[in-house]
Amino acid sequence: MERILTRWLDIPDIRRLDVYEANGGYQALRKALFDMKPEEIINEVKNSNLRGRGGAAFPTGTKWSFIPKDSKKPVYLCCNADESEPGTFANRYQLEFDPHQVLEGILIACRAVNAHVAYMYFRGEFTHQKRTVEGAIAEARAKGYIGKNIMGSGFDVEIYTHRGAGAYICGEETGLLESLEGKRAYPRNRPPFPAIQGAFGCPTVVNNVETLSNVPWIIKKGADWYRSIGPEKSPGPKLFCLSGHVNKPGLYELPMGFPLKDLIYDVGGGISDGRKLKAVIPGGASFPPFTAEEAEKVMMDFDSVRAAGSLMGTAGVMVMHDDTCMVDVLRTIAHFFHHESCGQCTPCREGCGWIEKLMIDMEAGRGKVSDLDVMLNVASNMEGNTICVLADSLAMPTRGFITKFRSEFEDHVRLGRCPFRDRDGRLAPPAHAAYQEGDHA
Amino acid sequence: MPKLTIDGKEIEVADGLNLIQAADQAGIEIPHYCYHPGLSIVGNCRMCLVEVEKAPKLQIACNTRVAEGMVVHTRSARTRTAQKAVLEFLLINHPIDCPVCDQAGECKLQDYYMDYDQQPSRFSLGKKNKKGKAIDIGSDVMLDQERCILCARCTRFFDEITHTSELAIFGRGDHNVIDHWPGKPINNKYAVNVVDICPVGALTEKDFRFRMRVWYLHRTPSVCAGCERGCSIDIHHHRGRVYRYKPRHNPDVNGYWMCDEGRHSFVALQSESRLTTPLFQSGDRMAAEGWQPALERAAARIMEIGRTSGANAIGAVIGAQATNEEAYALKRLVKTTIGSDRIAGLCWSPPDASGDDNLLIRANKNPNLRGLEALGISPQNLDQLSASVAAGQLKMLIVLRADLVRALGEQEFLKRFGALDYMLVLDTDANETGQMANQLWPIAAFPEIDGSFTNFKGRVQRLQSAFAPPGQALSAVEVIARLGRQLDGNERVGSAEAVFAEMAAEEPAFKGLSFGGLGPHGRDLVA
Repeated sequence: MERILTRWLDIPDIRRLDVYEANGGYQALRKALFDMKPEEIINEVKNSNLRGRGGAAFPTGTKWSFIPKDSKKPVYLCCNADESEPGTFANRYQLEFDPHQVLEGILIACRAVNAHVAYMYFRGEFTHQKRTVEGAIAEARAKGYIGKNIMGSGFDVEIYTHRGAGAYICGEETGLLESLEGKRAYPRNRPPFPAIQGAFGCPTVVNNVETLSNVPWIIKKGADWYRSIGPEKSPGPKLFCLSGHVNKPGLYELPMGFPLKDLIYDVGGGISDGRKLKAVIPGGASFPPFTAEEAEKVMMDFDSVRAAGSLMGTAGVMVMHDDTCMVDVLRTIAHFFHHESCGQCTPCREGCGWIEKLMIDMEAGRGKVSDLDVMLNVASNMEGNTICVLADSLAMPTRGFITKFRSEFEDHVRLGRCPFRDRDGRLAPPAHAAYQEGDHA
Repeated sequence: MPKLTIDGKEIEVADGLNLIQAADQAGIEIPHYCYHPGLSIVGNCRMCLVEVEKAPKLQIACNTRVAEGMVVHTRSARTRTAQKAVLEFLLINHPIDCPVCDQAGECKLQDYYMDYDQQPSRFSLGKKNKKGKAIDIGSDVMLDQERCILCARCTRFFDEITHTSELAIFGRGDHNVIDHWPGKPINNKYAVNVVDICPVGALTEKDFRFRMRVWYLHRTPSVCAGCERGCSIDIHHHRGRVYRYKPRHNPDVNGYWMCDEGRHSFVALQSESRLTTPLFQSGDRMAAEGWQPALERAAARIMEIGRTSGANAIGAVIGAQATNEEAYALKRLVKTTIGSDRIAGLCWSPPDASGDDNLLIRANKNPNLRGLEALGISPQNLDQLSASVAAGQLKMLIVLRADLVRALGEQEFLKRFGALDYMLVLDTDANETGQMANQLWPIAAFPEIDGSFTNFKGRVQRLQSAFAPPGQALSAVEVIARLGRQLDGNERVGSAEAVFAEMAAEEPAFKGLSFGGLGPHGRDLVA
């Protein structure tokens, strides 16, 4: 398959505007500005079946179509570059190595929803990426791609960059908007949805970096071409962030619907240390794991992963071999969500901490078997009962790990310690300390 | 008017209501913490989760608008499970220090635990998060961060009502705490409202805490006399003592709020200087006597002056602190029974008093100036009165709730009124004017009387007696009735209700109003 989202592997200097232009850059924008009406852009993206890459997999064209056509208020576009999901590292490469592709996507999206201001919200740690993008914005502005009267079309777009202070919740679309407005990133109740009342009370589209990067290609090559990549309902190229116990971890661009097994064993070069696969989390820390057996059959697209009992989320694929303590993994995940829960809703604020406290005891061998049922119950009390899905993001792996690896939890209770640690509580030294050099980005 | 079904009950409610309000109209309580009708909706406590048919997830009732054909279950198994879960979550890091918590008895955690939860905690005590206790955060407010459930009512109050944003949430997740900005404690005239709206014991009032267990308190609806706004209040009292005022919701006057000044205005009414018996000047000191000799003494003096100098030698000064009924009764007494038309009002605010603001506080600290004006008793007439004193035409003054000496200053008072032969003062305290009186009669203070005030916008609202006045003190309306009978021998009903009825019949501004018809929110003056 032709590389689309990771073209820097083929064209090393594509981050530069002249190189980007020489390789067809901003041609899609020209087409969107001069040859297409905004409705036609939206329809093209709708027909492409492009679905949001930030984790929720919502159809992008449909999202755009929710923006009121005759809005008296300004319309804003927000590019979500708050990539924070554990095990996810696609956007940072895109921003560093091919920023113009994202910018072109933003500009086309602005044209589609008639937005004249776009914000790029970077996660707090993306200082370097933000600088790179700002350089690209300056270049693009100098060439008339950003600012007033873009390419002589009479259409204006200003792009502003904003860096958060480093909280996971800022990546949640309404948390992002609150943070952008200078407030605590407390996610908002919906309704009203951002399409009606988003940034500064105005209609707003929030799209992920990777989602927007697909847009120029859809405009350039058409929805039919795009739909031909991967499964019809969930098509397109996808960036997979492969990490954990594989020989060649890294960022891989593959068509949607790529078999998980092939991702791990072919692309990823198999399990490290010659060990066997034990579990894979397919979409960042927020979702239930697949056992080795389940992983054999799963195709990596939104619908197939869902049908198999998990979610593809951000496609942060975390691979764990058989020397991995599942209790410790869940404890780590619980620690993350406890630390990142904004604390707005009661079930999430209290539940995440509760699960982490129980998991600390469980991993240390101080837990009780009855704690497992308490945790399952706490998880079900958290799930679906909060403003945003952060509570679900811990509830789902909690249920997944405990139900799929229950015996391992019970072993901890029975032994009074972690079976993967020595008697002093130390984990075995990582034999996989030195990763082999792969052709990852 | 959408029709919907809540717990099998079909109801029709106004469009735009949320499910908490709609259920309330059907007599069904949906428990909630963060929702407050006077504040924006944040939906963070998750206590009001209810099952709405056709919605896959439970919905928060506070942020769900009623819709035609909606079917809601507030007591279904799913709803119950969610309610229990939220309570369990709220309590895992809560110190459960009810025995030493001042909120006990009016705590929504306690109440809802009893109503919706009643299960032992599955969380071990040793793992509770530790946060700040008994923190003085400024104004009259104390903060206990461990008891806080982070509903953000207090932060929203300062953000949305006073627009001053003194409080904020700091930290993240279950380490979140409410606090003020570093080095900037609350300094706000409305601060104690956050104590009222705090559903738990996180925010308590410095003045009130540890003074009285709330279950001993009785509540009597009344009106604050702190300024001409006349906020609706509940008097919380026990055994003849007021412990606190709480604002009472009145959409036409004060909304849900009141100011801290008004809230503490009862303190002055419970001072050591309260009068408990009629006094008269005996040589160079004041001596006590019973009501009958006191009434006879005053009546004799009124008749004597009337005989020698004419009825117009007797006048009255009525403070804008007096109720409509008191002012009307004294006006009737002076005009009809005595036959004088020398009546003036007195409206005076201390020079250091707070000025108007754009929320509730008014610079005029007199609760009933508009009522006096509606009765034709004008503060402008005071100059005419003092001119008549100077001219030797006015010999005797009946002074009701008007501290002339303090208002004018002693020198000025003596210059203008020093020539009076006789002064009868009706007041609650032995104030400076009372100390110069020939007779000083004890009357009931605001928490002790029935009556009404007319606020500056012409809203007539009821005061209700919470308890009897101290000692021999009587309501001023009763005292005036007794004095009238002493003068002409005619019986008068000394109740505020009877006086109000007479006032409504006689005074055009009060036409059509009735005491009982004022209701909890009051009525507007006719003109």
